[in-house]
Amino acid sequence: MSDYRSLYQEVILDHNKKPRNYGTIEHPQHHAVGHNPLCGDHISVDISLNGDRIENIAFQGESCAICKASASMMTVSVKGKTRTETETLIQEFLAMATGKLSHETCPNIGRLAVFSGISDLPTRVKCAILPWHTLHSAFTSEGTASTEAEADPMHAPIGDA
Amino acid sequence: MSVTRTAQKSKKSPAFEVERIRADFPILSLKVNDKPLVYLDNAASSQMPQTVIDRLTRYQTTQHANINRAVHYLSEVATSEFEEARRKLQAFINASDEREIIFTSGTTDAINLVMHGYGRKMIGPGDEIILTTLEHHSNIVPWQMLAEEKGAKIRIVPINDAGELLIDEYEKLFNSRTKFVGATHVSNALGTINPIKEMIAFAHARGVPVLIDGAQAAPHIKVDVQDLDCDFYAFSGHKLCGPTGIGILYGRAAILESMQPFKGGGDMILSVTFEKTIYNTIPHKFEAGTPPIAAAIGLGAAVDYLSTIGMDAIAAHELNLLQYATEKINSLPGVRIIGTAKHKAAVLSFAVNGVHPHDIGTLLNQDGVAVRTGHHCAQPVMQRFKIPATSRASFAFYNNIREVDALIDGIRTVQKVFT
Repeated sequence: MSDYRSLYQEVILDHNKKPRNYGTIEHPQHHAVGHNPLCGDHISVDISLNGDRIENIAFQGESCAICKASASMMTVSVKGKTRTETETLIQEFLAMATGKLSHETCPNIGRLAVFSGISDLPTRVKCAILPWHTLHSAFTSEGTASTEAEADPMHAPIGDA
Repeated sequence: MSVTRTAQKSKKSPAFEVERIRADFPILSLKVNDKPLVYLDNAASSQMPQTVIDRLTRYQTTQHANINRAVHYLSEVATSEFEEARRKLQAFINASDEREIIFTSGTTDAINLVMHGYGRKMIGPGDEIILTTLEHHSNIVPWQMLAEEKGAKIRIVPINDAGELLIDEYEKLFNSRTKFVGATHVSNALGTINPIKEMIAFAHARGVPVLIDGAQAAPHIKVDVQDLDCDFYAFSGHKLCGPTGIGILYGRAAILESMQPFKGGGDMILSVTFEKTIYNTIPHKFEAGTPPIAAAIGLGAAVDYLSTIGMDAIAAHELNLLQYATEKINSLPGVRIIGTAKHKAAVLSFAVNGVHPHDIGTLLNQDGVAVRTGHHCAQPVMQRFKIPATSRASFAFYNNIREVDALIDGIRTVQKVFT
């Protein structure tokens, strides 16, 4: 069993089965939808801030276990963080998942290190990073409403990630 | 029948010698993740036997030059081997004339050739093109491009829950504006074998030409373009134990002669002045530029190899695998087969409750089992079944029962991980 455990660890399976912060926020200040055109998977991320800190975050969508667990653990990790802290974590996660940095050299990565094995599976990297791209996209948008989700520029394709 | 069968049995010929055949494919002895490779992604691309690899090596080692050009020795050898490959392909699909075999880069290229060469000339505003729900994107998108350019309309033959075309509905789609039919012989996503002979006859009775996408059929069932009476038949070399970058468009000679060239360039002309260019005769009119000579010769060797085994024997062995695998998968709780047509080629699309196909693909890969996961470039089929994607095991004649068992064990492991 040890071989696939490297990726499908208990913690990932658990977050897939019981995703945290799953759903939507009623009046989010930031919102984005991310698509993986390769497989048709998509997730949305809603954020509400208190000052500069993420007070509430939620996600939902159709995706594989890797993507869903990554999104679930992402929401847990960034809740209560400032925008700057969040952006730092996004960059660390992307660097780890794409194999540019090892998880030991990412000071903020913590439990997210369970995704470090994904860099050995290039076809699955996109699954793990989709939620993080979507979060980044939500933040960088100036929009405060979320009603025009599908048409808005916050849409985060990751075709060439 | 029974007499023949007994007679054959005594000669020991009916037993399909799959282990001997497997030995012809060096890649099948590969290990993946320390497990024997179980290659069940043949609908995407098949593997190459040593004899084809050797043929490519022999061509590059002793026969290569550009064709149709120089008078030197190598050019003559290469040209004659290239044209010999054309005749092999002609025989493989029983075309009546070697000029009806056009080398393309693959099925997609072949369909685009027909769209540009026939469609742009013959289809106009308000005209209608009939396609089926089962088409691969390669037999949808070129026609959409044409429809947009010309103001033509695309009409779609629906399918039932088993993944079979509704032939009554197909027939109802015809009217005086119907100018073209494009249909797949075998669905790449579901394995359905369509009743194309009847569909072609119906279209012809109304004067409508038919293109058949044979990419998934040519590797698995005996194709006879004269018996089918199709106007165009397209397929790819790399799904047929041949190299990538080569494919075939069969076209009826009379219709090919009436068509516009697709690509302009060298080899497709008889004479060029800046005032006027006279196009070459078929098939050369459609083969601009230096073709993939080695790949064409390799494909010739591939169909020789397949013909030695026999397409009927191949179809029979694959049907055995399909029936065995279908039975086994149906016995797994929580696993559903997508595509249950009465007539199927050896393609098994399936969904596992609560598990995304990508996770299935990754976990099967850990056991050395290669399947395709995704929408299989057939999103309309996925939309029809209201699923984003499936996992697909597709068999070739070199697969064996042991490999089906490895797939089933792998699916059980997936279910165990996700309980």
